[in-house]
Amino acid sequence: MALIDLANPTRFLSLTDRVLPWLATATALVVIIGAYMTATAPDDYQMGATVKIMFLHVPTAWLAMFCWALMSVAALGTLVWRHPLADVAAKAAAPIGAALTLVCLITGSLWGRPMWGTYWVWDARLTSVLVLFLLYLGVLALYWTAEDPNRGARAAAILVLVGAINLPIIKFSVDWWNTLHQPASLMRLGGSAIAPTILHPLLVMAFAFFLLFFTLHLAAMRNEILRRRVRSMRMMKAQRA
Amino acid sequence: MNSLGPHANFIVVAYLVAIVVVASLIAWVWLDYQAQRRALGELEKRGVKRRSRRKA
Repeated sequence: MALIDLANPTRFLSLTDRVLPWLATATALVVIIGAYMTATAPDDYQMGATVKIMFLHVPTAWLAMFCWALMSVAALGTLVWRHPLADVAAKAAAPIGAALTLVCLITGSLWGRPMWGTYWVWDARLTSVLVLFLLYLGVLALYWTAEDPNRGARAAAILVLVGAINLPIIKFSVDWWNTLHQPASLMRLGGSAIAPTILHPLLVMAFAFFLLFFTLHLAAMRNEILRRRVRSMRMMKAQRA
Repeated sequence: MNSLGPHANFIVVAYLVAIVVVASLIAWVWLDYQAQRRALGELEKRGVKRRSRRKA
């Protein structure tokens, strides 16, 4: 099957039906391995066992940003090429991205209390991630309240592209401003500053979360295609009546 | 398995939140799929067909 064939929703549906069981199985296996590695990971010499919160917080933070980047590419597809699956991809990703950003914020807050002595500070990193969460809610509101789905999709795509400005702000906030949040420990010049005994569970958990995201996203895209079919069939039925 | 130390509550709550949110996402996707399949089935039972199917 050529890549261009996937632009056809029917062909995309048949692909998701074949791929989803394998993807879900792989996700479950990697989640089990990641959970075992998390449970057996040693404590950090400074943070103690609270380092285990990192195995949730960091992957969800990466996915919160990745999901918005994916939605930005889809938004271009909606506005520029009017690709039939572009808006489906963005709309399906938005609730997943919002939920993962919420997990990132809550786990970060629960990690901050014992380490920093506070659940929340208005520093640049925390505030920019909160802004990302609010942007997700804004996109969802546009999708869920628009009477005309096409107008809602275009408005959401514009908001997604404007919101993409926030991604480099989140990434570089710890470098540009003096923040309570620590600077990058993994993706930095000179290599990772994390010990392998903690780095390996982190990477496996990140892989598990990415697999989970792709599984949920594909399944949600399938649902959205079916929802649009139901809508068009109901409209045809109403026209005939 | 290591002991979770003096901050065990924070660690347990963080994992519970993650489990509840991920389980809710999985349930939402699954229930939505069932609802759309049911709606499509009912429409097809009433003789409503998509344009692409009618041409075929």
